[in-house]
Amino acid sequence: MANTAENDKTVGTTRVKRGMAEQLKNGVIMDVVTPEQAKIAEDAGAVAVMALERVPADIRKQGGVARMSDPDMIDGIVSSVSIPVMAKARIGHFVEAQVLQSLGVDFIDESEVLTPADEAHHIDKWAFTVPFVCGATNIGEALRRIAEGAAMIRSKGEAGTGNVVEATRHMRSIRGEIKRLGTLDEAELFGAAKEMRAPYEVVKEVAELGRLPVPLFSAGGVATPADAALMRQLGAESVFVGSGIFKSGDPAKRADAIVQATLHYDDPSVIAKVSRGLGEAMVGINLDDLEDSQRYAGRGW
Amino acid sequence: MSTPPPPVIGVLALQGDTEEHLRVLRGIGATAVPVADPGRLDQVQGMVLPGGESTTMGKLAARYGLLEPLRKRIRAGMPAYGTCAGMILLADRIIDGAQGQETVGGIDMTVRRNAFGRQTESFEGAVDIEGLEGGPVDAVFIRAPWVESTGPDVRVLGQTGEGGAAGRIVAVRQGSLLATSFHPELTGDARIHRLFVDIVKGTA
Repeated sequence: MANTAENDKTVGTTRVKRGMAEQLKNGVIMDVVTPEQAKIAEDAGAVAVMALERVPADIRKQGGVARMSDPDMIDGIVSSVSIPVMAKARIGHFVEAQVLQSLGVDFIDESEVLTPADEAHHIDKWAFTVPFVCGATNIGEALRRIAEGAAMIRSKGEAGTGNVVEATRHMRSIRGEIKRLGTLDEAELFGAAKEMRAPYEVVKEVAELGRLPVPLFSAGGVATPADAALMRQLGAESVFVGSGIFKSGDPAKRADAIVQATLHYDDPSVIAKVSRGLGEAMVGINLDDLEDSQRYAGRGW
Repeated sequence: MSTPPPPVIGVLALQGDTEEHLRVLRGIGATAVPVADPGRLDQVQGMVLPGGESTTMGKLAARYGLLEPLRKRIRAGMPAYGTCAGMILLADRIIDGAQGQETVGGIDMTVRRNAFGRQTESFEGAVDIEGLEGGPVDAVFIRAPWVESTGPDVRVLGQTGEGGAAGRIVAVRQGSLLATSFHPELTGDARIHRLFVDIVKGTA
C-alpha cells in the first residue's frame, strides 16, 4: 500500500524559499515588459522572467519616481509563460510587496532600480511567504539583507547602463570578503560583524561555509554573452539581464547567446561562437558620465 | 576478495541545483561528477537529473546533443534519479508543459508540471517512502509536479498526506529509474540518494 504524509503542509519556510533560489542556479533571468518578450525569454531558455513596466535603461531616460508595475501588466506576463515570474518592489515598500505576493509572483526583487520608499528600513522579508532577492555592493549589505530574510543575493551593479564595471566591483568585493572571513578567528569574527553591521550568527555561518547561506547571483550592466560569462567566472551562480536583451538589435538571438554563455562560461570557444553576428548591443553609459543622483547602487542601507 | 571499483554517478549540469546533488552524493561516499556533454555521459554508471527549470534543461539538453544519448542509455538500463524538474524529464508524458517541451522519458507515467501551484504554494511536509527505514522524509516541494497516472510497471513509493492536495503521487520507481516531486538534496536527509546509489550498485 502506498504511504501518506503524517504532518500538514507548511508554506514559506526558509528551506522552501532558499530552495526556490537554488532551482534558478546556472541560469539567466531576463527583464521583460510585455507577454511577447516573456515568450521570447522562455523560448530562449530563461529560468525566470522579471516582469516590469520599464527596463532600467528607460527608467533612467524618462526619470521620475519608479514604482511597482501595474498588476494587469504583471498578470499578463504571469499567464503568458510557465516559467517563474519575478517582480520588483521599492526598497522598504512592504505594501507593494504584499500586493505582488497576492498576485502570485514567484519571487520579489526589493530593488534599488525603483525609487526607494524608506530611507532607513528594508522590508521585513521573514513576514512573507514569497521569497525575496536583494541587491548588494559588499558583504555587509549582503549579510544585512540575509538577516532580514532575503533568500537570494545579487550584485547591484549599475542597472540600465550596459556597463558591467560596477557589477564586477561588487562581485569581487563580496567574494573577496567571504574568503577573508574564512581566515578570521573567533574574536576577529565578532569584530567583523561589528564592522559589517551584520548579525554575528550570519557572519559566522558564512565564515564556516565559505559561501553565502543563499545563492549569489549577479545583476546590473550585463549586456553581452562575455559579460555574463565574466560574472560566472567571478563567482555568480546565475545572471540577471535587464535592459541588455530587449534594448539590443536582435533580442531572441542575444537571449539565446547569453543563456549558452552562462552555461559554458569557462569555454571561450563557445562564448566566441555565440558572440558572432548578434547585431547591435544596447548603447552603454560610462559611469563617469553619471551624476551621483543617477547612481542606483548607492540606494539601500 | 577484491571489491569492484565504486560506480561513478553523473549529475546533469545544464541548469539547476546540480551542486546540491553532488554534495549529498559525495557526502555518502559516492563518486559523483557533473555531466554537461555526451562524452562525460559515457563515463558514468548512473545519472541524477536535478531540480531546476525543466524547459531550460530540456532545451539545453537538446542543443548540446544530450537528449538522444540520455534516452539511449536509459533504454539500455542505466539507472537514473530525477528530482522535481528531473522527474518531469524522466516522464514519458507531461501535462501543462511549455509549447513543444520535450522530455527524456523512461518512466511510464504522466506528470503534471507545476501541479502544486506557484511558489507561494510551495511547501514542506512529511512523506512516507515505501521501503525506506527511519520514518518519513521531510519533503520540500518547490513549484512541484505530481504524477497524474502511472503504467503497470511503475511502483508508487510515496504520496502526499493531509491538506489541499492529499493523496498525490510524489515518488515512483520503475526498475532502476527513480523519481521524486520533492528535493531530498535540500534537506540533508541522504536516504533516497543512498537508495539510488544502491540501485546503481545493483543491490537495491
